[in-house]
Amino acid sequence: MNVALVKNETASALSDSFALARGRLPGSGKVASAREAAFAAYAQAGLPHRRIEDWKYTDLRALMRDVLPLAAAPDAAELTRAAAAAKLHAIDGVRRLVLVDGVFAPQLSDLGGLEKGVSVRTLREALEAGDAALQAQLLAPDNANPMVALNSAMMTDGVVIDIADGVVLTQPLQIVHIASGHVPAAMFTRSLLRLGKNAGATLVESYIAAEGAKAYQVHDSLIIAIGNNSRLDHVRLNEDGRDAFNISSAVVSLGAHAHFNTFGMMSGAGVSRYQATIAIAGEGSKVETNGVNLLNGKQHADTTLFMDHAVPNGASREIFRAVVDDRAHSVFQGRIIVRPHAQKTDAKMMTRALLLSDEAEADNKPELEIFADDVTCGHGATTGALDESLLFYLRARGLSEKEAQALLIQAFVGEAIETIVNDGLRELAIAAARRWLEARG
Amino acid sequence: MPAVQETVDRVRQIDVDQYRYGFETLIESDKAPKGLSEDTVRFISAKKNEPAWMLEWRLEAYRRWLTMTEPQWARVNYPKIDYQDLYYYSAPKPKKTVSSLDEIDPEILKTYEKLGIPLREVEVLEGVVRPEGQRKIAVDAVFDSVSVATTFQKELKAAGVIFMPISEAIREHPDLVQKYLGTVVPTSDNYFATLNSAVFSDGSFVYVPPGVRCPMELSTYFRINERNTGQFERTLIIADKGAYVSYLEGCTAPQRDENQLHAAVVELVTHDDAEIKYSTVQNWYPGNSEGKGGIYNFVTKRGDCRGNNSKISWTQVETGSAITWKYPSCILRGDNSRGEFYSIAISNGHQQVDSGTKMIHLGKNTTSRIISKGIAAGVSQNTYRGLVTAHRKATGARNFTACDSLLIGDKCGAHTVPYVEAKNSSALFEHEATTSKISEDVLFYCVQRGLSQEEAVGLVVNGFVKDVLQQLPMEFAVEAQKLISISLEGSVG
Repeated sequence: MNVALVKNETASALSDSFALARGRLPGSGKVASAREAAFAAYAQAGLPHRRIEDWKYTDLRALMRDVLPLAAAPDAAELTRAAAAAKLHAIDGVRRLVLVDGVFAPQLSDLGGLEKGVSVRTLREALEAGDAALQAQLLAPDNANPMVALNSAMMTDGVVIDIADGVVLTQPLQIVHIASGHVPAAMFTRSLLRLGKNAGATLVESYIAAEGAKAYQVHDSLIIAIGNNSRLDHVRLNEDGRDAFNISSAVVSLGAHAHFNTFGMMSGAGVSRYQATIAIAGEGSKVETNGVNLLNGKQHADTTLFMDHAVPNGASREIFRAVVDDRAHSVFQGRIIVRPHAQKTDAKMMTRALLLSDEAEADNKPELEIFADDVTCGHGATTGALDESLLFYLRARGLSEKEAQALLIQAFVGEAIETIVNDGLRELAIAAARRWLEARG
Repeated sequence: MPAVQETVDRVRQIDVDQYRYGFETLIESDKAPKGLSEDTVRFISAKKNEPAWMLEWRLEAYRRWLTMTEPQWARVNYPKIDYQDLYYYSAPKPKKTVSSLDEIDPEILKTYEKLGIPLREVEVLEGVVRPEGQRKIAVDAVFDSVSVATTFQKELKAAGVIFMPISEAIREHPDLVQKYLGTVVPTSDNYFATLNSAVFSDGSFVYVPPGVRCPMELSTYFRINERNTGQFERTLIIADKGAYVSYLEGCTAPQRDENQLHAAVVELVTHDDAEIKYSTVQNWYPGNSEGKGGIYNFVTKRGDCRGNNSKISWTQVETGSAITWKYPSCILRGDNSRGEFYSIAISNGHQQVDSGTKMIHLGKNTTSRIISKGIAAGVSQNTYRGLVTAHRKATGARNFTACDSLLIGDKCGAHTVPYVEAKNSSALFEHEATTSKISEDVLFYCVQRGLSQEEAVGLVVNGFVKDVLQQLPMEFAVEAQKLISISLEGSVG
């Protein structure tokens, strides 16, 4: 059959590239054998396709076809272009940690004057010389998900951030992923953030392209461990090139009485998938997961969230908005699981999609899996076009069709954006949404 | 708190084992040899005196089935079914050709009497005292693999309605059957539907001609009696232009330690301005309190709103079966057509339910509504799985979905897996789901006013499912309400 054929060709091409890249992948001993195991797991599954329930709406065999070879480390010209891109997308008041083509770029990063109790290392260092516990944590994501397995096999660099107990950072940290190569290639990155007890931090992740970057693939993963009584605010902005692929995973765990607030905005990349697993492992913790997809052209964006309530007294809120224009395709899959004994769980999820064109598509799959009885869980999903009567009201008051639409769209996504706590970042997201609307014309 | 003897007795009395319809009818039967092969298919076809085209159709399905694998995606667990260890055909042994009800084996008649199914028209016809509003119901009774009796044939015939066992319809109305059979659920649709296409033995066939409103409710009553027998019935209902029919279906089976397979296919077709209302009260034997025995209910039900302004409405009360795997669906092909799905799924003991619907919007201005109420008790798992989709040309599609789950006890699970897919900007879909347990305050209030804990739960649950019960024809609504209380017995205390 055709499918099998494609799989075999892809798999063998990739095995070759894994063999070729092996010399450039950091870590030996346990790390190397974990890579082998991860690669074997990936090779067996191949690129996920629509027959796999989790990937029903994002068939990477059709959309991506192939995993590109590992990107070369950036040369001077590429770093210059990356620096220009970084400057263009600079956010005021944040500490920048930059990865160019999947490699940490110290010359573009702000490493001076780190606060007490904060340490920043590269993934390369951690894999080559880190302690066993750290390496185990970096290798923890399991290989059941083929794209996570591929990332585990191929990860080349990233940042490892440790924030000690009791440290509350005032300055947000930003991890910037820049693609700068003119040759289509894939970058594999993994980052880790460990937040101690009674600590606090804000983390921003940005994905951007330098001038001339073409059809590249981002394969990223992020591991976050939040200690007891700590709070992490997380904002993710995807402004990758329109012909780029971005396959990212996040694995988050929370201790007791911790708070995790995360917001993601997808407006870039041709095909993107963000899959996050958030596990509440300590009692009394709270999670807010919010996101906005702003899509047009032929973009395809998939947000897949897995909210795992393993202990009693957890609370989670998910607000998701998608604005889909032209022939774009937005996917939201949200799964909430309440495990046995996770009593008094309070979980809510709301996903709404706005279709602006007749060829746009929005697929929503909000799932509840409840194994405990004393819980309040709910989800809602709506799909529709802009309300004609609201448009008419605004038109009657002198706004043009486009202005009226823009106003309503802004209000529609506003509900999710308003959940960003950091003022500067919220303004940034609002500005990004506005830019997207203006570009619509 | 020490349990009072009275309470202990009461709980024992109403244990889940107390399946009311668990008796067995001892009659001689005529069976196909055990196992499944082309010969079994030929045997069934020959038994039914089927024309050659029908046999060919079956054999094609059988060959197809051999290449298929059992679906694994539903949230149900069961040991592998040995398809060669089943009887695919079982019929009560005929004493001679039956020409009237009196000649049917009295044992069978007794069975239906015990079940409360009126097979004798006289009783109803001469019934002087008939409560206001109670209508006549024509019944087709299917016992294991064959239809044993169909009532009110004459009256229906006068109205032009064809209501008969499908095995007869294949012989008497081959044009109609050939035109519609397998057009809604193709033989290759899924593993169980394909199996059914190969070995189905009987079921009901209904054709309502243009402009006719069927003068009475039609009803089929299914009963599995034989040991190790699979029941594979096939129902085909066609409402021609402007016609209306309401159809009810009920099912029971004796209590047995082994699991029995039930794989039915139901196809509905509505033409312009026609309407079919299909109601099910499914009460197959659910297995005992340890989860031993019970029916595996793997059913494919689908309606095709082929004409403009047509309507199909599914109402189901699912209380039985060890495993339910069932997704009554609507294909909304005609413009302005409407699909409805009202469901109450109750699982207790070790039951597993994975049920829901599909609303496929193809035509313009099509609307659909889904109301699903899942109630899980004991150590059961109850899943709602539904799909709402609007295709590119389904301008103005509308859907409203509400699925609520109620959990009774902390060892059961309730799950919701909706798929909402919109490929048209004018589609307006709304979906909401909630999961909770019965409020302690409400229970306390009821108990304080003198209700027992059980009665209080029954009251709350009946309130919870009210939206769906209202959709049932009256005769069924009363029965369903009782059934709900019975299925939940033993879930508290």
